[in-house]
Amino acid sequence: MESENAAGVVIEGLSLAYDTADVLKGVDLRIEPGEFFTFLGPSGSGKSTLLRCVAGFGPRPRGRILIGGQEVTHLPPWRRNVGMVFQSYALWPHMTVYRNVAFGLEERRVPSAEIPKRVEAALDMVGLWELADRRPSQLSGGQQQRVALARTIIVEPRVLLLDEPLSNLDANLRVQMRREILELQRKLKLTTIFVTHDQEEANTISDRIAVLDEGILQQVGSPMDLYDRPVNRFVADFLGTANLLDGGVEVAGEGTRFVAAGGLILPLGGEGHAPGDGRIAMFRPQDASISAAGPATATAFAGRVGHREFLGNLIRYTVAVDKDTSLMVDDTHQPGRRAFSVGDKVTVNVDMKHVQILPG
Amino acid sequence: MYAAIRGQWGPAAVVAVVGLFLLVFLVLPVVNVIYVAFQDPNTGALTLINFVDFFRTSLFRESSINSLYVAAMAVVVSSCFALPLAYFTTRFNFKGAILIQTLGIIPLIMPPFVGAVAMLLLLGENGSINLLLDEWFGFTVPFMEGLNGVILVESIHYFPFILINLSAALNNIDRSMEESAQNLGASGLRLFRRIVFPLAMPGYVAGASLVFLKVFDDIGTPLLLNVNNMLAPQAYLRISSIGIADPMGYVISVILVIFSLLALWTSFLALRGKDYATLQKGGGGLMKRDLRPWEKAACYGVVIFILLLVLSPHFGLMLLSFGTIWSFSVLPDGYTTAHYLQVVSSSFQFVSNTLLYAGLAAAIDVCFGTAIAYVVWRTKLIGRQWLDYIAMGAVAIPGVVLGIGYLRTFYEFNVPIIDKPLASWWVIIVVALAIRRMPYALRACTAALQQISVMLEEAAENLGATKARTVRRVVIPLMAGGIVAGFVTSFATAAVELSTTIMLVSQESDAPLAFGIYEFMQSAAGRGPGAALGIVAVVIVGITTYVSHRFIQRKATQRAPAVTVVPGV
Repeated sequence: MESENAAGVVIEGLSLAYDTADVLKGVDLRIEPGEFFTFLGPSGSGKSTLLRCVAGFGPRPRGRILIGGQEVTHLPPWRRNVGMVFQSYALWPHMTVYRNVAFGLEERRVPSAEIPKRVEAALDMVGLWELADRRPSQLSGGQQQRVALARTIIVEPRVLLLDEPLSNLDANLRVQMRREILELQRKLKLTTIFVTHDQEEANTISDRIAVLDEGILQQVGSPMDLYDRPVNRFVADFLGTANLLDGGVEVAGEGTRFVAAGGLILPLGGEGHAPGDGRIAMFRPQDASISAAGPATATAFAGRVGHREFLGNLIRYTVAVDKDTSLMVDDTHQPGRRAFSVGDKVTVNVDMKHVQILPG
Repeated sequence: MYAAIRGQWGPAAVVAVVGLFLLVFLVLPVVNVIYVAFQDPNTGALTLINFVDFFRTSLFRESSINSLYVAAMAVVVSSCFALPLAYFTTRFNFKGAILIQTLGIIPLIMPPFVGAVAMLLLLGENGSINLLLDEWFGFTVPFMEGLNGVILVESIHYFPFILINLSAALNNIDRSMEESAQNLGASGLRLFRRIVFPLAMPGYVAGASLVFLKVFDDIGTPLLLNVNNMLAPQAYLRISSIGIADPMGYVISVILVIFSLLALWTSFLALRGKDYATLQKGGGGLMKRDLRPWEKAACYGVVIFILLLVLSPHFGLMLLSFGTIWSFSVLPDGYTTAHYLQVVSSSFQFVSNTLLYAGLAAAIDVCFGTAIAYVVWRTKLIGRQWLDYIAMGAVAIPGVVLGIGYLRTFYEFNVPIIDKPLASWWVIIVVALAIRRMPYALRACTAALQQISVMLEEAAENLGATKARTVRRVVIPLMAGGIVAGFVTSFATAAVELSTTIMLVSQESDAPLAFGIYEFMQSAAGRGPGAALGIVAVVIVGITTYVSHRFIQRKATQRAPAVTVVPGV
């Protein structure tokens, strides 16, 4: 069943308005053949709408969508040959598992002699052939999910679209299913677009991620790119915990420094920054370290532990360094290693080479 | 342990009272009717001779075939009314969809036989339409001729059952059901045939079997249209003209019950294991699409035609109630309010009797309905399910059958103090109405209770409330909407009931509205006042329904967050 026809997807200047609200505002994207690509964003960001545009559902957007080089913007859903797995699975309750899976082949007028073999192969692939005679209501959530996958891949779509397919499963099953989906995708070499609001899910499964917010494409890149080099506050915050300080870049003698609104000053060193560069300084909690109260330096700030979260492998401290500014600092945890308590006086050392200045 | 045992006493007492009521006034009379049907009228021995006699009589054979034919045709014709209305309003962006759905339900709030007279005047041999047809084109159409008339009147009256059930089924189909089919290559008619239609089918079958059952049991309409060769009217005529001892009435009753059960069985089979409510959180039912101008015109044409037709009994009744003389003419000769004055001055007891009977019956229904629902869903009493089954079983018992059963069973029983047979005391009418409408109230109460998370009750108990106080302070207030809905359905349908009351009214001062209208409509001179009384009935039922609907909606919006607690998560 390996897909010979994995196709790339190109989205050009896609905009969509419902009534008066703009849901998508000029999205441009290029998804490579065989890629596992994710639309990541909070609810209302337009990620599901964008996916539905690719599938052909909803009002016709402005702009163009090309699949495998062919423009499909004007095509109805049933002429696009893209496979979609719905969030609710959308298995038809009046049909057995077998009939559900066979549906797409029947609609494509596949010779009836060929259908049983292909249904068996598809159900085998998801390990559910023995449940072929059951009704969807007799299946568990994970099984329904697999049937929905089988029903979609059996028609050998050019692109596989997954609309938050794991959101209805419990945590353990979710981890297992996302591995299964990834394995299946690699085996079939299917171009896949996955929609989720869960950054961990996106990071673990994707080749590349497009982050969306308020209908605007914020950034596209590999999971590590986005985490390490976010282009703005939204991406920095959405892909993980970050210290985000508002302020501005100023000239200080030879180099530059960042002055936060609360008065905290971060020396930025000589090159790469100029006044007016950006208004936010960003670094991750693991880019700082915590130690018992000691002498303050330019990059070591005295403060008091305001809050402590034990996360297993590490402890995340929130340290108030002045009246308006708190910094989050991670400290690895091992049995017997010293831990600080709320109220302790400490020093926070910021590793300046990881501090990034973002425009906004 | 002590609390657990003590906690069972209340429910057990409730079960005893409700169970006894159902046993005496539902099970006993029905069993009695069936028993008599198999009894030799002379010797009292068990026999099949009555059934043999029944099938040897050509009138009864003809009546059976007529009843089946009329019920089946009524399903076909009412489907023709309901399908377009349901489909257009759920499927397309259609202005006035809510208005259409509301207007479509109006026929239900009038006894079908009341509309029959108005239909005769509009569509009968010498009715308005045929007079016009004859004048303009020189031909007439026998709309109301014999069985046609019964079919038309019943279809107009009962099609809302299909409309309601089918619309609900269509609205419950999640959009993703259709979208996933489109995604896999289905579209247009194939999509409809393979996905939408099968998913809506259970709703349609449920509505259709209800129509079949109601039409099969109705006696008012055929009697008023002077069609006597059908089963239910025959049962009534045998008992009322030949007497309570005549076995044929009982044989017919058994046959009516069998067909009722068959219709319900069909609906049960259609719905079994097909919990097709596929709607997801936030999903919006079927995809609605805009219509092209010519499609829009065509759709509105069809809808307006159907609405005019199904509302024609109401128009006709209105004209009749205000008309002076209306005979062999397109419209009444003149207009007057005399009929209303006459009704108010001389026939007011019909209205007050109806309010009393239907009110009491509905009150009994919601009390027992709430009790049964609570016992079934919140206690572990042994045999609690049977209470539910027996109460619901009343659906399968045609009104005539219950009436005959009451006459047979309670005629010998003299009520102390007033010294009169129970079967001819007005209270028996209330009891009959309560039994017949119990299923409606029970369904509403059960649905309301099932929406309340057990957690809400546990929270009250955790804070120190006893079972009884939890029921009073948490369960009943949260069920209020459902209880009111149950009261209204029971009240509105009891107010226009005729099949049972026609057998149980022993003197005119005890008679309710429906019976009064029936009496008036028998004579040409009584039609005007009868129509006025009919309009009064429609107004009463209409106002109660509207007011309670508003009440329920207000409750629903107030309590939305509490009721949507997801069970089992």
